[in-house]
Amino acid sequence: MIEERFDAIVVGAGMAGNAAALTMAKRGMKVLQLERGEYPGSKNVQGAILYADMMEKLIPEFRGEAPLERHLVEQRFWMMDDRSHVGMHYRSDDFNEERPNRYTIIRAQFDKWFSSKVREAGATVLCETTVTELVRDDRERIVGVRTDRRDGEIHADVVVLAEGVNGLLGTRAGLRSRPKPDNVALAVKEMHFLPRETIEARFNLKGDEGVVIEAAGTISRGMTGMGFIYANKECISLGIGCLVADFQRTAQTPYGMLDHFKQHPSVAPLIAGSEVKEYAAHLIPEGGYKAIPQLYGEGWVVVGDAAQLNNAIHREGSNLAMTSGRIAAEAIAQVKSRREPMTATNLSLYKKMLDESFVIKDLKKYKDMPMLMHTHSQNFFLTYPQLISKALQNFVRVDGTPKVEKEKATLKSFVKARSWTGLFGDACRFTRAWR
Amino acid sequence: MNVEPTVRVEDKLYYNRYLVDVGRPHVTVRAHTTPSPQLLALLSACPARCYELNDNGQVEITVDGCIECGTCRVIAEPTGDIKWSYPRGGYGVLFKFG
Ligand SMILES: Cc1cc2nc3c(=O)[nH]c(=O)nc-3n(C[C@H](O)[C@H](O)[C@H](O)COP(=O)(O)OP(=O)(O)OC[C@H]3O[C@@H](n4cnc5c(N)ncnc54)[C@H](O)[C@@H]3O)c2cc1C
Ligand code: SF4
Repeated sequence: MIEERFDAIVVGAGMAGNAAALTMAKRGMKVLQLERGEYPGSKNVQGAILYADMMEKLIPEFRGEAPLERHLVEQRFWMMDDRSHVGMHYRSDDFNEERPNRYTIIRAQFDKWFSSKVREAGATVLCETTVTELVRDDRERIVGVRTDRRDGEIHADVVVLAEGVNGLLGTRAGLRSRPKPDNVALAVKEMHFLPRETIEARFNLKGDEGVVIEAAGTISRGMTGMGFIYANKECISLGIGCLVADFQRTAQTPYGMLDHFKQHPSVAPLIAGSEVKEYAAHLIPEGGYKAIPQLYGEGWVVVGDAAQLNNAIHREGSNLAMTSGRIAAEAIAQVKSRREPMTATNLSLYKKMLDESFVIKDLKKYKDMPMLMHTHSQNFFLTYPQLISKALQNFVRVDGTPKVEKEKATLKSFVKARSWTGLFGDACRFTRAWR
Repeated sequence: MNVEPTVRVEDKLYYNRYLVDVGRPHVTVRAHTTPSPQLLALLSACPARCYELNDNGQVEITVDGCIECGTCRVIAEPTGDIKWSYPRGGYGVLFKFG
């Protein structure tokens, strides 16, 4: 048993936990961080795009040290039906800048490095330790944790729950409810290895330039889902995710969908001849603003995916995790510097600061989006992709049909599939949710 | 169930590294005679295909290939059909890339 007492215990060494532990350790606090994996990152799955701005706020010099894959110069959005895709690509040489804005990373490697910085800052990091329970005192305040490694309890003034999307401890302790099937997506992912030159040729890249593809459409078979293809240096991350509720309802298999995506005629040539080295799966919080639970209480705060802080529309999660971890740590450090106790009232400072940040502002903006995508998934993920593909094929195919007739046919196909009121309603609903 | 015959999950899991905690499964299925709809959903929803039907039509789990995603917990823990925890520290799946 660890006899000493800590200023703070951080559960989890993912993006949120590392940001919190680093920030508190840098401010001279005595921090214990507990991670169940063999090393930090060995349990973590991400696409993965790293957003530089949020990383810079934690470790300004990270570009020279961190294991980064490629800086992104191009983003592709694909709307897919079974045999085609309609694409919007944005590529700019402006992204070849001195301090690039986005990078692809490999989470297991990145987290290991991030954790080394946490240790350097003075935190104690214990891996291969699963926290099994939160400890309360007789006034129901959280005062520490129990782990599966040692007998007894470890005590601290405050516990930072950075335990990721499943959030087992918080649920068990009754701090928040278990994620619901329509608030989380299951993503499956593979790592496809290819020679560097092959990746660069297939994706039109030079040097460390990178590209990411986000895909939606019939690949998710009418469910709320998205596919992704991210270019790393010597491998391609490829995956697809759908709401758990949809998997439950349709009895589609995640691996079946993944293989279907890989076989799509637009995707297969990109990964042809690759060697797969890993198959992973992970949940993603998709409930948005309305799914955010209580963020603080007597002796505890919750950060990152465990607090459902994830912007599914923009595919941002790690940056919200890092930022919420950092802000919680700053709030805790402020309370401590005033020599005040870690009560719920004092820790509400964290929520106040988070409300002011992009984290809550962005999630608020899209608060109606998750529901819309879910209740209208057939339209947005099946009907429209098919209609749009047909419309464009009709537009580009030269077959002697007068253009006026072609346009009429396209319009008719839309009205037939969704009716005028349906089309109008979808447009209004989408605009309202986006605003 | 609607499991696609062309895809063999076993082949996918073969790429992964695991440290199996022999004799201490972190997920268990409650004994039953007829499986609930939630349990049946796990046959297709589990990305590692850990759940199988036995000859008596009951759902069984083998956790060795579990990737610790939590999907089965979200679906079948509320009904009490399964008990779900993380493996002991250091055990379970070990992602090299993640
Ligand atoms: C397929 C996929 C693609 C994604 N792509 C992107 C992307 O491109 N860009 C982006 O920004 N975000 C992306 N995300 C989201 C992003 O990965 C998450 O938002 C982010 O990892 C959340 O960080 P976290 O620290 O909250 O949780 P995690 O990174 O999940 O960390 C939680 C940590 O806590 C540990 N832990 C949990 N319970 C315990 C316990 N009881 N005891 C000890 N340790 C425990 C875990 O082992 C883990 O290390 C993606 C997610 C997925 C699944
Ligand atoms: S946690 Fe995920 S991989 Fe493990 S048994 Fe449950 S659904 Fe399958």
